[in-house]
Amino acid sequence: MIAQAIRLTARKSRELLGFRLSYRTQRYLFIYLVLAFPLLYFLGTRLLPILYAFNVSVREWDLLSQEKPYVGFANFTALFEDEVFRKSIVNTLIYVLVGVPGQLAVGLAVALLLHNVRRFRGLFRTIYFIPYVTSAVAVSWVFRWILMRNGWLNETLLGLGLEPQLFLQSPRQAIYLVILTIIWQSIGFQMLVFLTGLEGVPRMYYDAAAIDGAGPWRRFRHVTLPLLNPVIVFSVVIGAISYLQTFGQVLSMTNGEPLNSTRTIVLHVYALAFQRFQMGSAAAATVILFVMILALTLLQFKLVRRKVEY
Amino acid sequence: MNQSIRQGKKLSLILAAFLLVLTACGGGSNKGSDASASPSPSSSAAASPQASAKEEASPSASAEKVTIEYWQYEFPAKVDLINELIQEFQTLHPNITVKQTNFPYDQYSQKVATLVPAGKGPDIINLYYGWLPQYVASGYLQPLPEDAFPPAQIESDYYPLVSAAKLDGAYYAIPTAVRTLALFYNKDLFAKAQIAQPPATWEELVESAKKLTEKDAKGQFVIEGFAWEPGSQLHHWFRDGLLPQAGGQDLSEDRRKVLWDDSPAGLEAFRYLLDFAITHKTGINGFYNDDSNAFKTGHAAINVDGSFRLGSFKKDAPDLNYGIAPLPAYKSQSAPASFWANAIPKNVQGAKLEAAKEFLKFLTSKEVQEKWVEKVGELPAQKAVGSQDKYAGDEKLGPFIKQLDYSKAHFFIDENQERALIVNAANEVLLNNVPVEQAFKDLVAKTQKIYDDYWAKQDKK
Repeated sequence: MIAQAIRLTARKSRELLGFRLSYRTQRYLFIYLVLAFPLLYFLGTRLLPILYAFNVSVREWDLLSQEKPYVGFANFTALFEDEVFRKSIVNTLIYVLVGVPGQLAVGLAVALLLHNVRRFRGLFRTIYFIPYVTSAVAVSWVFRWILMRNGWLNETLLGLGLEPQLFLQSPRQAIYLVILTIIWQSIGFQMLVFLTGLEGVPRMYYDAAAIDGAGPWRRFRHVTLPLLNPVIVFSVVIGAISYLQTFGQVLSMTNGEPLNSTRTIVLHVYALAFQRFQMGSAAAATVILFVMILALTLLQFKLVRRKVEY
Repeated sequence: MNQSIRQGKKLSLILAAFLLVLTACGGGSNKGSDASASPSPSSSAAASPQASAKEEASPSASAEKVTIEYWQYEFPAKVDLINELIQEFQTLHPNITVKQTNFPYDQYSQKVATLVPAGKGPDIINLYYGWLPQYVASGYLQPLPEDAFPPAQIESDYYPLVSAAKLDGAYYAIPTAVRTLALFYNKDLFAKAQIAQPPATWEELVESAKKLTEKDAKGQFVIEGFAWEPGSQLHHWFRDGLLPQAGGQDLSEDRRKVLWDDSPAGLEAFRYLLDFAITHKTGINGFYNDDSNAFKTGHAAINVDGSFRLGSFKKDAPDLNYGIAPLPAYKSQSAPASFWANAIPKNVQGAKLEAAKEFLKFLTSKEVQEKWVEKVGELPAQKAVGSQDKYAGDEKLGPFIKQLDYSKAHFFIDENQERALIVNAANEVLLNNVPVEQAFKDLVAKTQKIYDDYWAKQDKK
């Protein structure tokens, strides 16, 4: 089949170009052609809309109207003058700064524990992974009910003689509870990434360190962590990007309330675009988010990569 | 080495050429789809001279077949009734075919907003009245044709709240049915607290709420005397109920200025609303998730809710023993009202416009309004229909209908934002101990800003 296809491409290219290509060139040509299709799809559905968003961000476009007058940077200045948007930027950074380390710490802890057991490992791995493949909306609603004013958790607190808490109604607690929900949901993914990383650490390094008299903590600190570094870099980058785009859980759990204390940039973009129909401002906010993601990713590559030590 | 570089160059050249060809194809097919997406306006434009010519010749008989599209959100009772009505309408007008399209409620405006620019628009669209300013501002709707819907007739036949659909002196939409808010009260809990009558005044509401509230040994709510959820219906209650009842005014005549703090009435109304949670402690937000859920499950004795809730209570809580009473009065009576109304997009012209007019006339006829009450449970929009004894005398519908004469529908620039501002103001007082006066002042200023931004844009046009 493939050989036939390669011959066909070769014939076509000969007709088109007027000269013969070597078999190797033909083969590469075929492979690149095949690879080009998904690339084109990516260009059409990802890259072009991104470029288009840049274009829209400097226009005033009410989604329903046909005209899109150019307004320069007016959308950006209006956004930065809006205290709700500024608050959503601060919130988004809290999601990243608390969520990413939290998710990594919990994921690593679970992975280390699982790495050290043999029996029921598969069972535990499956159980930890289930939340990751559960719908975010369903998870959010379950947590919402647990954290309800007269929900299960407050009843437990009262039963223990403690004060009931506001939880999701509190502008000070809500954001951390949403983060906790997201962490809980992503433990499975994070655990799997770390488990794969741990399998790649050769046993003999630990043995050598043990012979040199290193205890468990020093073995972890000086063998496990440095060798896991590529996995950590990967997790931090992927985690930061996903926390920067926090949306579903917030929409289902608090809708950005109370007092905008859980509102994220993406939730704000959603409100601007599909509740207020201000596509220009919404696009401007996505451009700001894009710049933030780009800057953070570059910074992380610089900071975390430097630490690689062999 | 050298050879492979040369080969690489050759390869990249070929690839570049290939990409060019493909993108060119893509561009071409795009143009094709654009052309195919636009026939609705172009074909109707092509059809319009024909249609108007025919009308001139014989005004009554338009032999041409027309298909029009009707959009509304997915609410089973409404969807079924519209399907039934379409059948009826098509037998009356054999040349007109009506197609119904539905979208889920919480994605409705999203879907409409994304499909309309793509050229897939309806010929009649059902919109929440609070969205009309946005739709009109973006130039998407045309005023209702005055020959079919004379404004004077709308104003004499319909309940006054329908004037919320009048923008820049023209009606842009007309409802089949409307809704008002009233007091829902749990008769069993009232009997238990030995209260004979539902509260009729502000004071009575506070007294009843206090008597009905039940707390456990740890001070936690078991039963709320009065459900308190500002984000549900209470923000409407404040604007169109409490505020006018206390003698205040919502907006200036030209709808440019928020007048809540023009007299002490605004602060009095706002404080009255907050006191249920802060001073009287007869209810709190988030109890059993929200007010209607708390009431439905018998954990709230009184709630302010809409006529649209009757249907879902009938289905979800058939055993709930509850009654309906008009909202308690203060210096005067006033009740919040709202409605979904049908509008015609600007690009609907010619034969399609004529067909849309016919269908809209049919949808707002007295017979259909009666069917709407019976099948959907919403209130009739026309006085002549609503005042009939079978509705006005109904135990559940009656109190809602009686309020229609003095009900008000706030002119929303942006319902989501305006609601959020009231919820936030309440939270500032409740959670951050901000003085009520301060929170109210901020609320008025921030609401005014939404109006200023809107009108600045309007004036530019």
